[in-house]
Amino acid sequence: MTRNLWLVLRRLGLAFGLVLAVLAVNFTLIHSAPGDPAMVIAGEMGGADEAAMAAIRKNYGLDKPLPEQFVTYIGRSLHGDLGTSYTYNRPVSELILDRLGPTILLVLTALLGAICIGTLMGVLASRRPDSLFSGVVTVFSLIGYAMPVFWTGILLVILFGKVWPIMPIAGMRDVRMMGAGTWASMLDVLHHLVLPAVTLGLIYVAQYSRLARASMLEVLGSDYIRTARAKGLGVWAVTFKHALRNAMMPLVTIAGLQFGNLISGAVLVETVFSWPGLGTLALDAILGRDYPTLLGVLTFSAILVIVANLLTDVSYRWIDPRLRGR
Amino acid sequence: MTEYSPLLSVKGLGVEFRTRRGVARVLDDVGFELHRGQTLGVVGESGCGKSVTALAVMQLISQPPGRITGGEVRFDGRDLLQFSESEMRRVRGNRISMIFQEPMTSLNPAYTVGDQIAEAVRLHEGLSKAASLARAVEMLDAVGIPAAAQRLHEYPHQFSGGMRQRVMIAMALACKPDVLIADEPTTALDVTVQAQIFDLIADMRERTGTAVMLITHDMGAIAEMADRVVVMYAGRIVEAGAVRDILSAPQHPYTRGLIACAPGRRTVAPGQPLEEIPGTVPSLLERDAGCLFANRCAKVMPRCRAELPPVTTQAGGHQVACWLNQETSA
Amino acid sequence: MAVTVPSPTPTVEAMSPWLEAWRVFRSNKAAMLGLVILSVIVLTMSFGPSLYGVAPFDIAGAPFTPPFTEPSVWLGTDYLGRDVLAGVLVGGRATVLVGLAAATVAVTIGVSIGALAGYFGGWVDTALSRVTELFQVLPALLFAMVLVTLFTPSLTVVIFAIGIVAWTGTARLARAEFMRLRHLEYANAARAIGAGPLRLMLREILPNALPPLIVSATLIVGSAILFEAGLSFLGLSDANVMSWGLMIGSNRRNILECWWAVTFPGAAIFLTVLAVSLIGDGLNDAFNPKLHLR
Ligand SMILES: Nc1ncnc2c1ncn2[C@@H]1O[C@H](COP(=O)(O)OP(=O)(O)O)[C@@H](O)[C@H]1O
Ligand SMILES: [Mg+2]
Repeated sequence: MTRNLWLVLRRLGLAFGLVLAVLAVNFTLIHSAPGDPAMVIAGEMGGADEAAMAAIRKNYGLDKPLPEQFVTYIGRSLHGDLGTSYTYNRPVSELILDRLGPTILLVLTALLGAICIGTLMGVLASRRPDSLFSGVVTVFSLIGYAMPVFWTGILLVILFGKVWPIMPIAGMRDVRMMGAGTWASMLDVLHHLVLPAVTLGLIYVAQYSRLARASMLEVLGSDYIRTARAKGLGVWAVTFKHALRNAMMPLVTIAGLQFGNLISGAVLVETVFSWPGLGTLALDAILGRDYPTLLGVLTFSAILVIVANLLTDVSYRWIDPRLRGR
Repeated sequence: MTEYSPLLSVKGLGVEFRTRRGVARVLDDVGFELHRGQTLGVVGESGCGKSVTALAVMQLISQPPGRITGGEVRFDGRDLLQFSESEMRRVRGNRISMIFQEPMTSLNPAYTVGDQIAEAVRLHEGLSKAASLARAVEMLDAVGIPAAAQRLHEYPHQFSGGMRQRVMIAMALACKPDVLIADEPTTALDVTVQAQIFDLIADMRERTGTAVMLITHDMGAIAEMADRVVVMYAGRIVEAGAVRDILSAPQHPYTRGLIACAPGRRTVAPGQPLEEIPGTVPSLLERDAGCLFANRCAKVMPRCRAELPPVTTQAGGHQVACWLNQETSA
Repeated sequence: MAVTVPSPTPTVEAMSPWLEAWRVFRSNKAAMLGLVILSVIVLTMSFGPSLYGVAPFDIAGAPFTPPFTEPSVWLGTDYLGRDVLAGVLVGGRATVLVGLAAATVAVTIGVSIGALAGYFGGWVDTALSRVTELFQVLPALLFAMVLVTLFTPSLTVVIFAIGIVAWTGTARLARAEFMRLRHLEYANAARAIGAGPLRLMLREILPNALPPLIVSATLIVGSAILFEAGLSFLGLSDANVMSWGLMIGSNRRNILECWWAVTFPGAAIFLTVLAVSLIGDGLNDAFNPKLHLR
């Protein structure tokens, strides 16, 4: 037990170290960009006035030596102070918290949906590896991987905006739904979520179905599957109880590794569908030269990935008992 | 059912595998009988079709690439080859069980050994979860796993190879099957553990009355445990009979070769070179007309290459498929 | 006890592994299709623009001209009246060049870091693995967006931005390969005759680690192309160089009025990435004949 506790602490320590490293990267970026760091922090808002610049210099201790600045920066960040957005005139952390929900909703819907659908497709394809369906899954996964995600989104916008207008193609809420009841507005959000989530999920459905197919084929050929059949179990019990659990390992690994890519994809999808998440916040920040916000989004997204990796680790140990206590 | 009719009787069994280089005829006219409470030894070189025979009885040959081309597998009076998949599932693990050569990989790494044993019991006897786990403890205890009640909750990777094979035996016997097929149960184990596993199988057979089909390379184990023996070569049965007859008076040149190059039981360490029967097994892709052993046989005659030798039956049910026996008895 | 019988050895002439891989690759229809598509695309983008002779930024007709209606602007015009065909013909150059260059940067960084970590092990490995982990948790597109914004968006910056975020997979692969190979016989033999670590890594181990690295490099080219397209779509690449992503991005606000201005360049990106990944899959099968048998 103490050993397990120690392992958990170690994992958490490593994760915390990563957060520090991300902050260090941010700090380096601010200071290595061409020009005055105060300017970078203020954003190049058309000749920021001298008083504001002086306030920033003092506030960030930019007149102090670099190591001291670094320590101050880390300290502030760990207290949740990611600076102030000079475009919105609000603390960056508040801006981010506003946008975090929509992004998490989008990303998780796409990821979980893709894992479920992709795995199911892969499992069914592995049952008859030479069948037409299996071939369709293979072709679909190639196509899904090669489609640029923003292009997929645009094609869906054209389809549902022009040809078959049954889905909202922009935003997260309908203005006409303002003041509607909780359930109605939740349904409204879900309705808006469909296209962005499908767009983002499609690449991953493609990848997971292919991966699940290959992984299942390998597992289905193993000795313990023969044992399960020799026991008298039916096809479905063998497939879903004995094979799938072991075949999930590579899927979980990839899902964890790709969480960063998922967030990158979300930036593009949010842009296409004007989804009010971190991606559109980042893009607006770029257009407004609002660096504290941009770096804040980067930091927060990295933290999301770190948390996702911790969860991956937990699910590893749940899936494969051989990894417990390691 | 008269008590003389065999529990399991295989006749004219043929199996083919489609491979990239053509269709391989892996089993050809295989037949044997297994009686209640008896042990049937099956011997032969690697690749001669022993495992495929066992899997064919269980109807576990993957099709494709495999295909059962004919014959019958009569179990308790009914032909298993005519069974539907769902009827077959009620036989597997319940009335006929099987254990495999690779204990290290034959258990599912994701579930506790208790779960895996109890699963079979629940499936076939409809017991509750608690009752089936209780049976699992009983079985683990019976196969000699100490502290069974605790080890029930452990995972396969926490067991050694020999212990895992014990778990496999516990799982196979949990539903008190009529037949246990043991496919080289000791080949992957340490020499010292091999004897323990054979002793366990013999012991369980005494206690449960289960008939055993024992596939092995170990002539010593055959001598100790088997009642009857069949000798396979390249997918055919070349000799069959009571264990004493086969071991002391082998008729077929291939059987003689096998016995000659088999070491005394556990006197040769694994990996040490053995005397071999010279030559190679012929391709199963295109079978020649004559005896398949002809190209390796020291006593080959022109006739051997032309015609398949018929089976002759001698006293005590000793059967041989060899032209030499035709010559002498004719 | 095994009665060992030597199995008949197949009489295949000893072929160089590369030749053998090419033979397997050549018999793979999907991979050859990818090669053909890619060749056509590369030829088109090399010679198409000068043969067609219309500059992609020039106004060539009335805005929003639909495709297949005006022979002079066969694929139609975008919201400014620029010729879509001219853009599609030339727009691949930036995309593919940036993709290739960025993949080169990524593979170089990845192989160097992975090789050092795998070869030396110990604290070097630990330190480099932590660095790799750091770059894995930074969402690649966001990080590249920050880099491109802090420095001016030129093709060089875009190349390095993509290269810096895309190397982690290669590093993990190279690490595993170098770990596996460093103790193999030829490495030990070379060490015995006094070869230094650098020589060992470059001359003895790297050639043997090449097959999986080549496959991974091919796949990185594909994702770098997608990456470049994404950055240009967001308007974060060089605005003076026409590219497929830029075409889509600049017409984004008008997609309902001119679907063709986004559909054709998108299809071009799609076909290019598809071709590259077909080739990557083919190489993977060619270097892993075991899997190929399935
Ligand atoms: N799935 C399969 N596909 C093709 N050939 C097979 C397959 N399984 C077994 N065989 C062939 O059947 C023959 C008999 O195999 P097997 O019964 O496993 O031999 P053994 O007597 O060693 O148990 C071998 O020649 C083997 O190559
Ligand atoms: Mg076998």
